[in-house]
Amino acid sequence: MSLTPLLDTLFPQGHRVQVAGQVITGEATTAEGAVAVLGTTDAAAIDHRMALALAGFVLDTVERYPGRPLVFLVDTSGQALSRSQELLCLNGSLAHLAQCVDLARRQGHRSLSLVTANAVSGGFLSFGLMADRAYALAEAQVRVMDLRAMARVTKIDHERLLRLAEVSPIFAPGAESYRRMGAIEAIWAEPDAGLLSAALAEADASDRRMAEGRSRGGRQLAEVVAHTVEMAVAA
Amino acid sequence: MSIPRHSYFEATARRRLAGLLDAGSFREILPPAESTPSPHLASLDLPGAFDDGVIVGSGRLAGKPVLVISQEGQFMGGAVGEIHGAKIVGLLRRAVAEKPAAVLFLIDSGGVRLHEANAGLIAISEIMRAVLATRAAGVPVLALVGGSCGAFGGMGIVAKLCSAILISEEGRLALSGPEVIETVAGVEEFDAKDRALVWRVTGGKHRYLMGDCAALVEDDIASFAAAAGAWLAGQQEAGPSLAALRATQTQLENRVAAYAAYRDGLQVWAALGVQNPESVPLLDRDSLVAIKEGLPT
Amino acid sequence: METLEYRFASAPAAAAETPALCGVVGSGNLEILVTPGAEAQSCAISVKTSARGFGDIWQAVLAAFAASHAAGGTRIAINDMGATPAVVSLRLGQALADYQGGGQ
Repeated sequence: MSLTPLLDTLFPQGHRVQVAGQVITGEATTAEGAVAVLGTTDAAAIDHRMALALAGFVLDTVERYPGRPLVFLVDTSGQALSRSQELLCLNGSLAHLAQCVDLARRQGHRSLSLVTANAVSGGFLSFGLMADRAYALAEAQVRVMDLRAMARVTKIDHERLLRLAEVSPIFAPGAESYRRMGAIEAIWAEPDAGLLSAALAEADASDRRMAEGRSRGGRQLAEVVAHTVEMAVAA
Repeated sequence: MSIPRHSYFEATARRRLAGLLDAGSFREILPPAESTPSPHLASLDLPGAFDDGVIVGSGRLAGKPVLVISQEGQFMGGAVGEIHGAKIVGLLRRAVAEKPAAVLFLIDSGGVRLHEANAGLIAISEIMRAVLATRAAGVPVLALVGGSCGAFGGMGIVAKLCSAILISEEGRLALSGPEVIETVAGVEEFDAKDRALVWRVTGGKHRYLMGDCAALVEDDIASFAAAAGAWLAGQQEAGPSLAALRATQTQLENRVAAYAAYRDGLQVWAALGVQNPESVPLLDRDSLVAIKEGLPT
Repeated sequence: METLEYRFASAPAAAAETPALCGVVGSGNLEILVTPGAEAQSCAISVKTSARGFGDIWQAVLAAFAASHAAGGTRIAINDMGATPAVVSLRLGQALADYQGGGQ
């Protein structure tokens, strides 16, 4: 779905959103009140400029509209792959963006992200996965790497990875794997203003992804291990 | 030039901790005898490690209580899987309650462990939030980067979320590995076999000169210990603030505007005011620190 | 990956309270974890190795270790990424020494 009908469906009460160089910024009205809308389009490969544009918009929102919720629209193919980008410490700009989203949370801004098409590794880490809760549209592609590339890098048979992917959400690409593992709260069959408002009302600052991953059966170990380390009696 | 007695780069994750912390002070949490290797690796027919490639625990640094995380770069490239990531998150949450003088995070990792890719990516996101929660609770998180795998991928982002980074010349810090960029964008974009170029783009001296790392440290465990102790003595965790992030935003915007066209550290160093940029790779640590401290700010 | 289980008669090791870990599961290397075992006169060894089909060599290397060291009363667990027999023997000796030295 292209951006305009998506925005019309998600925000039928109105929206004012600009797109500049694949970066979305703007505002919209929901049943929960005014929200900031930001994110990326067309499978953006996140570079310094995009990360800083998003980070600046988050800081503007925190400064001018205390408490206004943040709605991230995620369509990213990952990070920009170039030497000049790495030369200027791309991980630093992505960390800065993540830090801005985290600051907004600490200052009382609820946030959610909606994966509209693609969510891949570094691009997803820097803002989509930093929101209080993440959601995905049914057709969204969520992954670290596709299985064929994974087979090449790990030197494990592609056929074997395909077979394992059928039973294990641990490395099978797809939004459903991330839902079972607790990182995506729910998958929406289609964009829906009612689901968006309900999700905003539910968002809260606690990171409960490990617990969700365990109760949904996708991540059996993480919560137990983290809890054991957190609570171990000092020797 | 002195020859390092105990190379940090060469040492195992356990050896680094033993050399970094006050003698006899380290206490491991969830030690190998009490933990199990990753079942996800076993399901791919690969042997795991009892500690899943990361050691967590407590100890003392120059007499101060610290919590520590040490990634083993020799096991699966230090990459983050489900158990590995959960141990780190648990340790950081422990720090929020225990309030040690600092968390020392010995990063040596290529990022997500592809064999458990989704679990690894989510774990790194949880580590990102946990690092920021720890800092917001007033506990500094100090990253040490000087291992064979550097800090790449999501762990490169995590490093930059820490209160500060201590790095050695051998340390590398970036997002995508040069091999990945070469594979996708071609050898003319980034020749991963050109080690000198790789270091001029991702290496410790470059990151230090640009201000992305707080200190440049000799490749020596005792030097890392001294630098960490000095950093701890001089710093307080300020916690997140709009003003601080605004200042970073301005600084990053200016930097991107000024240097966006550059493709080699040599160009950036010249622009920073370094007199003989081509000499930088040959300089010892002390000479480079002197140059950095003499640069216009 | 192959999982191998052995038990060898061995002279009793000096009792130790702390488990010992030696080595790293890296290419051409292995880790060895020594913990107290059930029987004072024997040493139980389990091996998980990335290389299949080397059971006879493992048997020979481990038997020689159990015969030449006092390793009775221990349980030894090995995770291997293709270490050579020489490296295995070296690490076994180190691990047992660490175990009896009381660990770190």
